[in-house]
Amino acid sequence: MKVTWQKKKNKLYIYLNGELDHHEAGETVKRIEELIERETPRDCVIDLENLGFMDSSGIAVILKAYRQISAMGGRLCIENVQQQPMRVLDASGIERIIGFTALK
Amino acid sequence: MKEKNVLKMEFPSLSANEGLSRGVVSVFASQLDPTLSELGDIKTAVSEAVTNCIVHAYPDCIGMIYLRCRILEGDELEITVKDKGRGIKDVKKAREPLFTTGGSDRSGMGFTIMESFMDYIRVRSKENVGTTVTMRRKIEKRASVK
Ligand SMILES: Nc1ncnc2c1ncn2[C@@H]1O[C@H](COP(=O)(O)OP(=O)(O)O)[C@@H](O)[C@H]1O
Ligand SMILES: [Mg+2]
Repeated sequence: MKVTWQKKKNKLYIYLNGELDHHEAGETVKRIEELIERETPRDCVIDLENLGFMDSSGIAVILKAYRQISAMGGRLCIENVQQQPMRVLDASGIERIIGFTALK
Repeated sequence: MKEKNVLKMEFPSLSANEGLSRGVVSVFASQLDPTLSELGDIKTAVSEAVTNCIVHAYPDCIGMIYLRCRILEGDELEITVKDKGRGIKDVKKAREPLFTTGGSDRSGMGFTIMESFMDYIRVRSKENVGTTVTMRRKIEKRASVK
């Protein structure tokens, strides 16, 4: 998993590249946590355009980022989700609290 | 049920083997000519079952995981994931959505995903003996485009 990022105005864009499973989850959580802490954005976007696979371990990663950014009064959204990760996000029901867009 | 092909493998409960095991199953399943979306579902279910062995069955040791894939008559793929770990006290409860003993690192959605992505799932478990998860998914015949 490669985590890259970019800050535009007050928004932090985090790009996840690779596959997000339990093996990758620990490091990914740490990277996202550090980035949000250091960049203190208002809102955060996690971009999944280059995430080819995710399982339920990824749901926990996203929920942690959501809690962190919410505690700072900001919003999290997930963009450019590929087909397989979208199936997992749909099954998890977290679209009730976090907004998503599919990869076009 | 007649078995048309079978693959067995065993590997230690190292998290690096999560990707390996779903990759192997995906290659094995390819002989049924699944769609990308069917393959995605199968890989996800395998990842969930294998991760559970690593995280829950062997929480503070490395144990062996036994994986078997079979092609059954009628283009059905069967996957069995077995461990000799700590077992599940209450399987019915464990299968409920959001139930987890893993705290905030886990989502409690593993069994729910296995259930909804596969046609059939059976969980057999005994405390301090181990757990066996069996899943099946029929791969739809596709009209070949030539
Ligand atoms: N192979 C296993 N060995 C022991 N316990 C298990 C196993 N698989 C699942 N469990 C138990 O069932 C619960 C639910 O599993 P699951 O739905 O995959 O959610 P999660 O892995 O996020 O906790 C786990 O928290 C654990 O207590
Ligand atoms: Mg699980």
